[in-house]
Amino acid sequence: MIWNSAADFFAMGGYGVYVWGSFGVTLVCMATEPVLALVRHRNAQRNVGDDGAGVGS
Amino acid sequence: MTTIRLFQFAAPARFYRLTGALVPWCWAAFAALAAVGLFIGLLRAPTDATQGDAYRIIFIHVPAAWMSMLLYLAMAFWAAIGWAFNARLASMLARAIAPTGAMFTFLALWTGALWGKPTWGAWWVWDARLTSELILLFLYAGFISIVSAIDDPRRADRAGALVAIVGSINVPIIYFSVKWWNTLHQGASVSIAAAPKMASMMLTGMLIMTLAFWAYGFAVVFTRVRAIVLEREQHTQWAGEVARTSPAGRTPGMQT
Repeated sequence: MIWNSAADFFAMGGYGVYVWGSFGVTLVCMATEPVLALVRHRNAQRNVGDDGAGVGS
Repeated sequence: MTTIRLFQFAAPARFYRLTGALVPWCWAAFAALAAVGLFIGLLRAPTDATQGDAYRIIFIHVPAAWMSMLLYLAMAFWAAIGWAFNARLASMLARAIAPTGAMFTFLALWTGALWGKPTWGAWWVWDARLTSELILLFLYAGFISIVSAIDDPRRADRAGALVAIVGSINVPIIYFSVKWWNTLHQGASVSIAAAPKMASMMLTGMLIMTLAFWAYGFAVVFTRVRAIVLEREQHTQWAGEVARTSPAGRTPGMQT
């Protein structure tokens, strides 16, 4: 561990806003994208079920 | 006989099941790699002598930038295969890659701006590296808009393939821009031709984060391609069977 305290860690040697601005936005994007993909998959599954096609066709 | 074996995963039904089985493992790999990579990058790697702690942006900036270029080439490759061999699944894969590639391009630009401000004194400069990476974002956007603008899926795939293939010339331009032009952006710290010019712990953290982003890319692209396969194959018998055996809403978590 290279940090002396939690405050030290969040301050990032004075570059906190740049470092956390980068990691924060990356986290938001990489958390949102899989959810959107999953929702699209769910919807696709539902549509297959709905139109009744595929049964014996 | 080998040909049949070679193309057995090119059947949408098989591919759908295979990717469905792979997705949870990709997420597990991502979680493990990201935990280790972030631990090294944020808690263990020493402060840089010249750039202070601002350099820690490297742990996401470089992996994101690498992914942006690599995913573009993968997208162009599968789009080309889909066009040349009339392989629908390859075209679907190209479509599935595009949004993830665009997101990583955006992240490379965003983290780059936040790194540029404290180290160069500017959020943005029109140098060759930054400009060509911005063009990459426009190419992804162009591909996504053209495939969604054309109604006939196969015609859309072909038009998209043309954009993807022509645009792939931009990838070597991005990669070599720091060599070919006098850019504000620093040269490559890591290349296959020479020993890396960075401390080993920084390098380790960065490479582990790159692997984490790879695992993420596979997980998301597979999830999206499965959605696309179902959308396109919704009138086939196998898709009906899939929908009946795993109704939406009842399937557990990431495995759907």
